[in-house]
Amino acid sequence: MGTFLRAVADGVLEGGVYGLMAVGLTLIFGVLDIINIAQGIMVILGAYLSYVLWTHLHIDQFVGLLITVPAMFILGVAIQFLFIRPLRGRERTSMSLLACYAVAIIIEGVLYQRFGSNYVSYTTYWNSPRATLDIGGYYLPYIYLAGFALAVLLVVAIYWTLYRTQFGRSIRATMQDHTAARLVGIDVNRVAALTFGIGVAVTAVGGMVFGTLNAFNPNTGYDLISRLLAIVILGGLGSIGGALGASVLVITLASLVDVYWNPEWSTVVFYGAMVLVLVFRPQGLFGRKEARAQ
Amino acid sequence: MRPATIWRVVGLVLLVAAAAVIPLAKNVTVTHVGVFVLLYVGSAVAWNIFSGFTGYISLGAAVFFGVGVYTVALLSKHLNLVGGVVFALYPVAGLVAAAVAVPFGLVALRVRRHTFVVVTIAVFFIFQLMAYNFSWTGGATGIFPPFLNWDPNTFDMPFYYTALLIAVGAAVLAWAIWGSRFGLQLRAIRDDEDRARGLGVKTMRVKLAAFVISGFIIGMLGGLYFYFQSEALPEYAFNPFFDLTIALMAFLGGFGTLSGPIFGALLLEPYLGYAQFQISNAYLSEAVLGALFLVVIILLPRGILPTAAEKLTAWRAAWERRSAAPAGAAVGPAGAGPPVDAANTSAAGTGAPGTGSAR
Repeated sequence: MGTFLRAVADGVLEGGVYGLMAVGLTLIFGVLDIINIAQGIMVILGAYLSYVLWTHLHIDQFVGLLITVPAMFILGVAIQFLFIRPLRGRERTSMSLLACYAVAIIIEGVLYQRFGSNYVSYTTYWNSPRATLDIGGYYLPYIYLAGFALAVLLVVAIYWTLYRTQFGRSIRATMQDHTAARLVGIDVNRVAALTFGIGVAVTAVGGMVFGTLNAFNPNTGYDLISRLLAIVILGGLGSIGGALGASVLVITLASLVDVYWNPEWSTVVFYGAMVLVLVFRPQGLFGRKEARAQ
Repeated sequence: MRPATIWRVVGLVLLVAAAAVIPLAKNVTVTHVGVFVLLYVGSAVAWNIFSGFTGYISLGAAVFFGVGVYTVALLSKHLNLVGGVVFALYPVAGLVAAAVAVPFGLVALRVRRHTFVVVTIAVFFIFQLMAYNFSWTGGATGIFPPFLNWDPNTFDMPFYYTALLIAVGAAVLAWAIWGSRFGLQLRAIRDDEDRARGLGVKTMRVKLAAFVISGFIIGMLGGLYFYFQSEALPEYAFNPFFDLTIALMAFLGGFGTLSGPIFGALLLEPYLGYAQFQISNAYLSEAVLGALFLVVIILLPRGILPTAAEKLTAWRAAWERRSAAPAGAAVGPAGAGPPVDAANTSAAGTGAPGTGSAR
């Protein structure tokens, strides 16, 4: 029973972090109607940024977010401006996907060039053995809690922005109908660029937590993006609550497989769940039907 | 025959003749790269038969390739096959890949657009994971073929000519499909799937058939790859770059056209082969490939050949208008058939003015 609870706790806490990355992905999809395949490698880029700040400047990775989050935001806006916005015509959606893929392999190539293919893991206060919370013999690392708390905080902030501010209203209007949003005076291009920036900026946080918890190299990006894609498809593309729910659900499941069966096969849980859902419920667990009927 | 058809026959014959002569130079590097070029030509054409004609972008073609590789690898390992029989294994590899394509397609083709792309990527990762983790695939160490004690100077030759045969076969098949009832159904799906279904096209069956055909061809090429490269490793048999590269080739030449993927592969693969030999830094060439992809997508979104054909048609129409200004009313731009196949007739005919000016 102890193992079970532990696996569930790990799954929920880690699921929150994955949820944050997936929310960025699904937000971008909802507004721009593209899937940012580069999200996985951007998480790894965020992890490397935090790592570099720590090893070279000894900046604590939580403080470093003050630098990495704006940096990733600017990167996202730049990518949208340079490579996504010029796309026109009826192949636009497929093209945007390929453009994101191209961005991903450029980032991957640059990361390999700069850091090589060795796995990176680094120890700071946050993942040192003393930074753990003792709950009746079960040691919970602070980083799990802090990462989870930060992820929840950010998701709440995104929710608040979406539902309580003028900017959020224009994002939701753009999600519903581009043309109508433009007609009522919303600068759709600006909304798209900022949304892409926000969706990419969260990878700085996700990458920081991921990099502190796991060893990573540029190739890890593939692993991440395949998990994130399975999560957003499971949750229903474009549904923010769905992305959160699905990530907590699937990561917990994977963590159980990890404990009771074999870590190598836990990834299969993602895909297995995704294929099953697609066969029986193509719009995803929490998705609306019309979102898929395009 | 229409002029366009004659041009195509002449072009194809010239290409095949040139390709058949190249190995006579007896340069091992050239034939080695040549095999890869033909492998990619065949794969890009096969990919285009499904993705280009239907508009469903699949990034899971490497599944078929890898299944082909592992089929031949397992057969050769357990039966210890050497000699000419090796080439009889290609169709087997193709058939196994086609058999995999059926359930793959039945799941993936239920969804469209983004979701389809994502599902193909996911299925691809499932297969790569299986190749890594099952014991009978050899895991990360892979499978190596029994030693072929052929003369190293002419080792590539049989692979070269069989690859040429498959590539030409794929191109001819694509051509035959293009104008057939089946091809028209595929292109109707690309233009408007719901309307095509409304007109009585059995969309699922048609899509699946094209998916399986493209899987068969790519599977055969995977079978070829195994003895040629003498290895079946999970990261190379199920290689995400394979998917990206053939998509880039098709987009570079002209997505959904007949000659586009051939042109794109002939243009791109020699560079990639060269980069592999000359640029010792694989990561740099990876970043260059990505940058190239972005340039193609932004500047030539419909590919080189359709864009060139469009320019040529516009230029010719302008010229005709100038030379026969009073009587030229009946000669519209659509009347003068471009010598190279236009991307897709509907886009060139109906959407060209709007989309063209926006670009």
